[in-house]
Amino acid sequence: MKIAIILISLGILGFYLMDIFFGIGFGVQHFSNGVKDLYLSNSKDILKVSNVVTSIVVNFRGFDTLGEVTVLFLASTALGGILYKKRHHVGERSVLFPASRIVMSGAKLLFPSIVLLGAYVFIHGHLSPGGGFQGGTIIATGFLLMLLTYRNYSVSHNRLVYFESLAGILFISIGLVGYFSKGSFLENVLPVGNMNDLFSGGVIGIIYIAVGFKVAAELTGIIYTVLHEKD
Amino acid sequence: MIYVILTLVLLLLMVASAIYAIWQKDLLYAVIASGILSLFLSIVFVILQAPDVALTEAAIGVALTTIIFIIAIRNTVRYEDEHDKKKKVKTTTK
Repeated sequence: MKIAIILISLGILGFYLMDIFFGIGFGVQHFSNGVKDLYLSNSKDILKVSNVVTSIVVNFRGFDTLGEVTVLFLASTALGGILYKKRHHVGERSVLFPASRIVMSGAKLLFPSIVLLGAYVFIHGHLSPGGGFQGGTIIATGFLLMLLTYRNYSVSHNRLVYFESLAGILFISIGLVGYFSKGSFLENVLPVGNMNDLFSGGVIGIIYIAVGFKVAAELTGIIYTVLHEKD
Repeated sequence: MIYVILTLVLLLLMVASAIYAIWQKDLLYAVIASGILSLFLSIVFVILQAPDVALTEAAIGVALTTIIFIIAIRNTVRYEDEHDKKKKVKTTTK
């Protein structure tokens, strides 16, 4: 039953992805003299996004970003699959030198501000430099600091998997909503608002928040798995 | 002009830390040197007006890659072969 549901949903997803894929029209020349001017004018006039890099990465080249996120997901899954057997009976991590009291207090003080910085970077991805990948990595370094400092600090693996899966589902469903309503994958469906506002750029902000959660969960999972690997 | 000089100095420092990372037999020092290379590289990206790439390089190159290499060194061996380890121990005990 479970396998049948998985196969049917994979089939539906594969059909629509192939439909989009063949609709792209490879080899057909769309633009005569490059696309850079079109990107610049479109992200300024149509999308109203001040960070042009973000508008290219998430909106014009959103399918590539989906591929990058999938590569990261596959890497973390493969690492978890390789190291899975040895993770059954781990207690405390083996540390060479226990952290001193100064390091412990400093880490406790720094951890919320690191997570806040990461959240700021991916929420403001369409206004300032940075985005989902950068913000997620900064949050993962915050978790890395806590994991290295406290011997018995642990991250719930189930919660990480939930965050990761929900963020991936959100990304793909936004893309499919764009496909069904506007006819192209990851097409903008929300109002764009004014330039330099927090609520501008349509779906870019939501997609970058999803990507940020996904990258943070994946990298934290990778670090947690590697740290618990004993010889 | 000052940015050109700063970029050249940073590039020279990058090359120096890369050569140090290859030359050093102690793998822990080599990993720290490659992390310092990433730090200089991220400053170069800021000078070249690519702050997005600089953020990625600073977070991944300096922090995550270095830490994962250090964890790998802790679980394996720190020196490239036993000979270097003996030489190091001998020089420190003298």
